[in-house]
Amino acid sequence: MKEMRAIFASRLAEWMRKDERIAVVDADLARANGTMGLREEFPERALDVGVAEQNMASVAAGLASYGFIPFISSFTPFASRRICDQLAISVCYAKQNVKIVGSDPGISAEYNGGTHMSVEDIGVLRSLPNLMIFEPVDAIQLEQGVDAVIAHDGPVYIRMFRKALENLYPDDYKLDLFKADCLKPGLDVAIFASGIMVREALKAADLLAAEGINAEVINVHTIKPLDEETILASAKKCGCVVAAENHNIIGGLGSAVAELLSGTYPVPVKRVGIQDHFGEVAKMPYLMEKYKMTAGDIVAAAKAAIQAK
Amino acid sequence: MDKNNLELKAKEIRYHTMDAIGTLGVGHIGGCLSVADVLSVLYFGGHMNIDPKNPKMEGRDRFVMSKGHAGPALYATLALKGFFPMDWLQTLNQPETLLPSHCDMNRTPGVDMTAGSLGQGISCAVGIAKGSKIKKDNATIYCIIGDGEAQEGQVWEASMAAAQFKLDNLVVFLDLNKYQIGGAVDEIMSLLDPVAKWESFGFNVQKVDGHDVAAISAAVDNAKKAKGSNKPSMIILDTVKGKGVSFVEATPATNHNMNVSAEQKAQALKELA
Repeated sequence: MKEMRAIFASRLAEWMRKDERIAVVDADLARANGTMGLREEFPERALDVGVAEQNMASVAAGLASYGFIPFISSFTPFASRRICDQLAISVCYAKQNVKIVGSDPGISAEYNGGTHMSVEDIGVLRSLPNLMIFEPVDAIQLEQGVDAVIAHDGPVYIRMFRKALENLYPDDYKLDLFKADCLKPGLDVAIFASGIMVREALKAADLLAAEGINAEVINVHTIKPLDEETILASAKKCGCVVAAENHNIIGGLGSAVAELLSGTYPVPVKRVGIQDHFGEVAKMPYLMEKYKMTAGDIVAAAKAAIQAK
Repeated sequence: MDKNNLELKAKEIRYHTMDAIGTLGVGHIGGCLSVADVLSVLYFGGHMNIDPKNPKMEGRDRFVMSKGHAGPALYATLALKGFFPMDWLQTLNQPETLLPSHCDMNRTPGVDMTAGSLGQGISCAVGIAKGSKIKKDNATIYCIIGDGEAQEGQVWEASMAAAQFKLDNLVVFLDLNKYQIGGAVDEIMSLLDPVAKWESFGFNVQKVDGHDVAAISAAVDNAKKAKGSNKPSMIILDTVKGKGVSFVEATPATNHNMNVSAEQKAQALKELA
């Protein structure tokens, strides 16, 4: 089982071989994000600006204005809150085709702890016009995601789990960036999940099934633009909703879903995720328990949502 | 280099800048007037490989107004150069205008990079210059930053990268007009010795009278000759904030963004006629 960062880097290398527009700008985290190896093969197009994320973002915008498609990468907090203004002005407002890779989202930062544990990156970035936000759940979705974001003309934030993950999707999966994936159809409660919480949602659906509750599970891999059609249809069918994410419950997927439904089809929405606090050092299983982000917590939220119908 | 013509063009840039801002009644006058001479040199001194009829020409030289609030001076320059009709200047900051107060590459023909959040333009210029190096198209990339702007940390991140990437195709100008919104730069957060600073950051540094078109033009020639030195160029322009209009020059500490009455507009245009 390969690490996600290795998958990302090898897909990018394939692209850099066949498309001279693709470039990489790192800010001293190439070793952490897997892009270090690209420098040997592409010394001109795999750059490092040092520990200067703001410069990384604006330099990439300059490259994009020159016809390149630069990927910039850092840990999620430094690829979002640290460079929010550069992403807003140099990239999004200027409409520059920069791809932003934030690795180690939320509690997956583990031993790097609270400073590196982005509870807010989606919230920060979701309010920037022109920016797409994509969170792949496995290597298959990440590989296809790299292809898809290159094909998409405009800035995209890729929220990338860095370490190894079991594949969730079959080999014949076909990603549509703009379409959320229904992984398990159901009727009683719709669970919209993203990132590492998709697996928890599937486990929760099994637990619920054992109690006679038929939950629908949808992987919302693209948080912006939200696939309103799929979410709305699922909410209408099930009549209540749970959103589960590896992010603050304020500003992320849960907020996006609630914003959509409150204005179109108001049904109970329960949000599972980080309950508006910062992170801390620990391994993921511990933090998932402590922060109430397990399958069991999703089950409880689903039951509460059903009760509130 | 035709010194008289460049001085005339600088005067025309100032005239049309004051005319446009005067019509609106308010604008970033001080920092527009301080860069009129360098804009005249760049756009009318034969330095830039550009085509007003083909503003997106491949391989062209590029210009980044990192102190994006000097947009109106750039717009006057671009209009005089023929990038768009002169009467566009009267639409400055009006609803649906193509000439917003801060430079927007998606709206204005001839504007190569969006700027307005200070410190970012010079980083973008570094990216552009690196892009030109990768493509080996031999373009020269010009960028103007303000002295107040140089208080932004990102300016120094960009400067380090320019030297590290050996961007001898990058020519940065520092508009050393010595004032920022809140008053004198030296009293608020001094750059101390900008020559020594940028030399220590690995630049070829020249310092000239920013209102002497011949001196500016010679400095640009020197910078272009330095291609092959592997070092970026910094040309420090010793300027006066509000240069060329007496009542603006008289209030450098408050002319960053100022109101202009109809009488003041008339007086300014008279002085610049």
